[in-house]
Amino acid sequence: MSNGAYLSIQDLSVSYGNIKAVKNISFDVMEGEIVTLIGANGAGKSSTLRAISGMLPYTGHIMFKGASLAKIPADKIVGMGIAQVPEGRGIFGSLTVLENLKLATWQRKDKAEVAKDYERVFAIFPRLEERKVQLGGTLSGGEQQMLAVGRALMSRGQMVLLDEPSMGLSPVLVREIFRVIKEINASGTTVLLVEQNANMALRTAQRGYVLETGTIAFSGTGDELLHDTRVREAYLGG
Amino acid sequence: MIMDNTPSSTPVSKGHALVQQLKMQWDRIANNRKVFPIVLVVGFILSILVPRFGLVNEYVQLIIIYIGINIILTTSLNLINGYMGEFSVGHAGFMAVGAYVSAIFTTKLLPENLLAAFFPLVVLAGGIGAALVGLLVSVPSFKTRGDYLAIVTLAFNMIVKSVIENIEAIGGPRGIPGIAKLTTLPWTFFWTVLAILVIRNFVYSNYGRGVQSIREDEIASDLMGVNTNKVKLLAFTLSSFFAGVAGALFAHVLQFISPKVFDILKSTDVLIMVYLGGIGSITGSILGATAYTVLLEVLRPFGMWRMVLMPLMLVLLMIFRPRGIMGMSEFRWLIPGFDLYAIKYWRRKKEVSSGTPTS
Repeated sequence: MSNGAYLSIQDLSVSYGNIKAVKNISFDVMEGEIVTLIGANGAGKSSTLRAISGMLPYTGHIMFKGASLAKIPADKIVGMGIAQVPEGRGIFGSLTVLENLKLATWQRKDKAEVAKDYERVFAIFPRLEERKVQLGGTLSGGEQQMLAVGRALMSRGQMVLLDEPSMGLSPVLVREIFRVIKEINASGTTVLLVEQNANMALRTAQRGYVLETGTIAFSGTGDELLHDTRVREAYLGG
Repeated sequence: MIMDNTPSSTPVSKGHALVQQLKMQWDRIANNRKVFPIVLVVGFILSILVPRFGLVNEYVQLIIIYIGINIILTTSLNLINGYMGEFSVGHAGFMAVGAYVSAIFTTKLLPENLLAAFFPLVVLAGGIGAALVGLLVSVPSFKTRGDYLAIVTLAFNMIVKSVIENIEAIGGPRGIPGIAKLTTLPWTFFWTVLAILVIRNFVYSNYGRGVQSIREDEIASDLMGVNTNKVKLLAFTLSSFFAGVAGALFAHVLQFISPKVFDILKSTDVLIMVYLGGIGSITGSILGATAYTVLLEVLRPFGMWRMVLMPLMLVLLMIFRPRGIMGMSEFRWLIPGFDLYAIKYWRRKKEVSSGTPTS
């Protein structure tokens, strides 16, 4: 089954009752890549991510590093190295920034490595270090997004799934977040990015897939899609 | 979770001087770390001396024992309702299991001359019995949340009551009379302190953060790799263990238990104490349980009016302090070291930035 892909999705379908949100999609993510899934609301982007993280039941096959993720509970999948930054960030508002980060190391036993990872996260996000004893709920939207990405790094995600990291952020912060995505990718983390902001996402990603009502409409490299007339008309405003 | 009790430096009118004075006194108690060992030592010595020399009369001693039992109940329920953010309304059910298990030991199984010596073990057995039942109740919590889980715990309370009512061997609806009065002041003090310390350390541990993350956002907590089922199972087991302990102490001070004692109303009492004290606060649970128990006794002379005055006071409190007495904040001496460091750090930062608003 394995075709050398880091994350391999084959014939994935996700249903909510009678409604099929994702219909037999297949795609691959190679190690070290940034791959983006773009599409309108309800295209099935978030459902795909949730299926990968083990939060939703699905049919089809999801293979990570050659091993099937079927029937593995969500917390074990995190232990295997897939970290998801949930849509809407999912910050624990009444816990401090430090406690938020610490929770992400819940399963980890390697104390020395954890200490190094704190330093790494604080090096990427100096803002978080400044705010480390502040309650998560009192952070601004951009800081919360940084914290959400920081948590994904703390859980030692070799592969990070980002669900709309640009949601609700100002253009400056969006650029900042995408810069960080490139940075963590450069340090060896594979990224699967779900976005509405197709322009930024396609500029950042090496490859992209366009989802339309649960199926993959187009795929190609970031540049190809960015200059594809159909994609431009539908998502980039002509 | 942590409230900084720094007295505000804004000028206050003379009319508020007394309030300000009281607030400063309150802050001094709340922030002084030495309070904790002093309370422990003095409390323990007093709990031995008071009954021995009859420093206060039997009635007051009884009230103090009830306060201790209520603190255990409130703190343990706060773990589920406050820290985990679920809504359990069946705490009296666990209490009933603890009470009956321990009462069966002391009235039927153990010889009378050994009762006093074996009492701690009997209480422990009551707690373990309740914990096992709590383990069962935690299973539906894996799939069910919020209001629906509340109904599950409500049903559980009813089930426990009717099961006990239908077992003739333990007295059925008539209950178990003639239980020896084994709950003494020192033992109540011991179990109360144990409950507070164990639950406090649990809440501030890695598991405790897991418990709180479930309250904040269960999906995110799954995605962080927190084994939420394991966390829920532990929290329910620990909470019901201490409810069982409280039940055992309760049975051996009341000296008579029947299923009627452990109905929904008893659960409601505990709920009131939790929300009166404030959710997510151990200090709140201690204060809430104490205030409620004492108020019920103080208002006793009003007879029938007691049940009008008491709810009225609760309504007023909820209007003026919607999060209870201590909602989500804590006496600093009840917080273990790490978080104390956090407060210091935070305050230093505040001074450095010289009052400029952050975030």
